[in-house]
Amino acid sequence: MASTSSNPGLRTQLGRVRGLGSAKAGSQHWWMSRLTSIALIPLTLWFVFGALSIVGDGHAAAVAWLRSPFSAIMMILFVGVTFQHTASGIQVVLEDYVHNEWVKVAAIIAAKFLCFVLAVAGIFAVLKIAFGG
Amino acid sequence: MVEFALPRNSRITPGKRVSNAKGAKRAKNFKIYRWNPEDGQNPHLDEFEIDLDKCGPMVLDALIHIKNDVDGTVAFRRSCREGICGSCAMNIDGVNTLACLKPIEEVKGDVAIYPLPHMKVVKDLVPDLNQVYAQYTSIKPWLQTQSATPPDRERLQSPEEREKLNGLYECILCFCCTTSCPSYWWNGDRYLGPAVLLQAYRWIADSRDEMTGERLDQLEDPFRLYRCHTIMNCTRTCPKGLNPAKAIAEIKKLMVERH
Repeated sequence: MASTSSNPGLRTQLGRVRGLGSAKAGSQHWWMSRLTSIALIPLTLWFVFGALSIVGDGHAAAVAWLRSPFSAIMMILFVGVTFQHTASGIQVVLEDYVHNEWVKVAAIIAAKFLCFVLAVAGIFAVLKIAFGG
Repeated sequence: MVEFALPRNSRITPGKRVSNAKGAKRAKNFKIYRWNPEDGQNPHLDEFEIDLDKCGPMVLDALIHIKNDVDGTVAFRRSCREGICGSCAMNIDGVNTLACLKPIEEVKGDVAIYPLPHMKVVKDLVPDLNQVYAQYTSIKPWLQTQSATPPDRERLQSPEEREKLNGLYECILCFCCTTSCPSYWWNGDRYLGPAVLLQAYRWIADSRDEMTGERLDQLEDPFRLYRCHTIMNCTRTCPKGLNPAKAIAEIKKLMVERH
């Protein structure tokens, strides 16, 4: 953006509008956002009802609940899909509102790294409980 | 970052107040955005009190009356005065619309009139539309084919195929929708905006056009197309009652379909 708009110079308006051309991408990102949001409906409902079902039962009951294969698989899916959806959503917000090219690129990279780290940490925690002692 | 406050030299100050409604039975106050690129001053809001019995029923009639009889320096675009040329698009009472189609009596209290939002202003109510026109040019808004035209007749289209252009061909390119769209405000240099995307779909949906894939290629871009977040301001504001948001959704559906 900075390269096409900050110093228009004598370039024609049409030349500026065409800019660097179409990225020939974006549909996959848009479609993945829809798919992950659909997947998150049942996953989030499962998580909320599952978490409510063990409220007040203590640590041992919570560990036992998460150890069942069904709960562990659902929890890994929930964590993975949540952070995938978050990363793609944050990227859209940053693209919308941050207009300094360098700040935008750095912020998107930081957000994606952070989401990936949190997803891996969350999945590792579930696996540790499911398989560990 | 996005600028949420106007730059210092764009802040609007109070302007003059002129009354031309002596003895009027139906007086109405018009607050009109004024900016002159040559006087070096900030924009200001001039108030004109006029007699509604001395002009026609629409906001454009009042503007013409003000220009003819009160202050000849008020600048605005107008041509057909019947909602087909799109020249008199402006922000009236907080909504983008055509001054010629907006009845004065629909506005309660003072009638506030500003140029189309977030565009550069040439003077008063005249916005600079060079960028949106260039964006319109960029989508090649004409029939593109490889097959030769039949020598003995026009290119045929069934009634069903023609029907797909309804709700698209009526667009008059007034840009009320584009200038009402927050995504266009923030990223108008790269996002094509609802009016141009509706026009792009008008050619994608045309059964006679043979460049559908190339047209989709040109639109497939995180900024050109996918800045649309279905905010729907475009559809709410369209003075012709069209639905640009639906046209954009149809483009997105085709993008998924061809993947």
